[in-house]
Amino acid sequence: MTAYLLRRLWQMLPTLAGVVLLVFVLFKAFGGDPAEILGGLNATPQQIESIRQQLGLDRPWWVQLWIFVQQIASFDWGRSWATGEPVAQLFATRLPATLTVMLPILVLDTLLALPLALAVAAMRGSLTDRLVMVVTTVALSISFLVYIIVGQYLFAFRLGWFPVQGWSDSLWTNLAVYAPLPVLLAVLVGLAPQTRLYRSFFLDEIGQDYVRTARAKGLSEPVVLLRHVLRNAMVPILTNIGLALPGIFVGSFLIEVFFSIPGLGREVLLAVNRSDYPVIQAVTVYVALLTMAVNLVVDLLYKWADPRVELK
Amino acid sequence: MSRPRRLAEVWGDAARRLRADRVGMASLGVVLAFVLLIAASAAGLVAGGWQREVAVPSAPPGLAGPRQAQAPGLLQQPAGPKADLSDVDPLAPRYGEWEARAAQYRDVELHKRQTLPLGADRMGRDVLAKAVKGTEISVFVGLMAALVATSIGTLLGALGGFFGGRLGDALEWLYNVFTSIPGILLIFAFAAVFGRGIGTVVLILGLTGWTGVYRLLRAEFMKHAVRDYVRAAQAIGASAGSRMFRHILPNVSHVILVQLSILTVGFIKAEVILSYLGLGVPVDQVSWGTMLAEAQSELLLGHWWQLATATLFMALFVTAFSLLTDALRDALDPKLRGLE
Repeated sequence: MTAYLLRRLWQMLPTLAGVVLLVFVLFKAFGGDPAEILGGLNATPQQIESIRQQLGLDRPWWVQLWIFVQQIASFDWGRSWATGEPVAQLFATRLPATLTVMLPILVLDTLLALPLALAVAAMRGSLTDRLVMVVTTVALSISFLVYIIVGQYLFAFRLGWFPVQGWSDSLWTNLAVYAPLPVLLAVLVGLAPQTRLYRSFFLDEIGQDYVRTARAKGLSEPVVLLRHVLRNAMVPILTNIGLALPGIFVGSFLIEVFFSIPGLGREVLLAVNRSDYPVIQAVTVYVALLTMAVNLVVDLLYKWADPRVELK
Repeated sequence: MSRPRRLAEVWGDAARRLRADRVGMASLGVVLAFVLLIAASAAGLVAGGWQREVAVPSAPPGLAGPRQAQAPGLLQQPAGPKADLSDVDPLAPRYGEWEARAAQYRDVELHKRQTLPLGADRMGRDVLAKAVKGTEISVFVGLMAALVATSIGTLLGALGGFFGGRLGDALEWLYNVFTSIPGILLIFAFAAVFGRGIGTVVLILGLTGWTGVYRLLRAEFMKHAVRDYVRAAQAIGASAGSRMFRHILPNVSHVILVQLSILTVGFIKAEVILSYLGLGVPVDQVSWGTMLAEAQSELLLGHWWQLATATLFMALFVTAFSLLTDALRDALDPKLRGLE
């Protein structure tokens, strides 16, 4: 087990190096000149030159790359070029807002989609099953943008059930007042694809021999579904949740832009528009690390969900 | 199990299964209707003048009837004959001359329509024409991006799965790198690099969306590379390239086709969001995304028709295309029938 963990951690290094290199090359070689963006339209060439010097942009590219590698190794991300705010502080202040919205979305989506998918899978081929499939197909064909625009207009602007947008300093106010509408809309949107996916996982299992055996020995249908099918379908389900996990730490920039939530997603969009390299670099490395860590944890969970899985 | 089926028979069987699938055939009909519409729009037969301002700004749809006239202002219009000021007006002697000069230029009476079948946008452009033109651009972007992504994914997957070894490891590394970077950031980064335009959107989506296809095709090529028919081809002297693309590729083409259509749907939806953020289709062109972006502020004024039209067109096409994809997969791979 320890050897496995060590090997997996060791394998992360080349991937991380690739991520750093790719983002560096993309923004350095092709991105806008941060000095010109920061200097604004009225900056004199001298001012731009001095900003360049200040940011270290006048040094050769490999020196710049080396500086960033050092920053990653020391977990000291420096300051945002645009605002001068330390990147660590930027993360600390933006992440809570993102998590306040994204965590309920993931939990509700999973908790609603799993039973729904299991119920539909158990009634495979029935009218309800086909109806659910048609409804989800149509629901999936409408853009997320439409759901947000119409939802915000209808529930907040017209009916006044929720505030149109906003955010406060108190977690409870946020959860009770500002988060419900974005969460509700995102869950509505996420429910259709999740249900379809989980349904296909369950159907995969329901066709297996062990299910017939369980039924043949007289187990009731709920026991067959909840104890046998659900447990066996856990591996793909966990994979799917694992895939979604890193996303909740970045946040949905669409939701954050529409509802004025001061989260990371909006910050990333801003950083890209301003070529704010320290922030971009930090977010990328942070999410890449997170993705790899989640993948590792999911692989370990496989073992727990299915003892037949060999970790190699 | 008796004799191996020829490839043409496999596709023939698939076509027969597809024809028996009523939902699949209906969605095929809808998709074909859209294809005709797109061809007509691309040829300039319909919606060529989508940029012309043919109606009053935000003209409502025909069914809703013309907008009520604005309530008259508070100022009373003065009544009675106009006062004669010609004895004190210093310009009075020249009015006749000016009028004669002005008469040389003809005014074109601009007849702006009060209503349109599906209404008009803020600039008075026909929403129906915009939606038709937008369909052309959105579907084109989605399909081309899917082609780019599938080509990259297929090529890399074929190389990685067939050769394995060092090359395979290098490609796995590339895959890991691309999947470790959050999708949004990758898309934004490519968007910042390439600027905006239709070609850019295609490139961005294609360059970031190939990973899933690569994964699937790599597994398929690994599986097929050791099959008897490929070994037989090798024995009679077929080169590696020939074995990969002339022998294996046709046998995995159904996987590629299904991936292509799944990606098309995904990319059509991605284009909408990119265009909304200003990273997609430029302002002098129209797509479902740019229509929805305009619709947000229009909705606040109660002008719902552009939003409804763009959503309806998109929902109709995407639903039909998704159902067709499902039918295609069922027809090509009957083992999976009805799974998803």
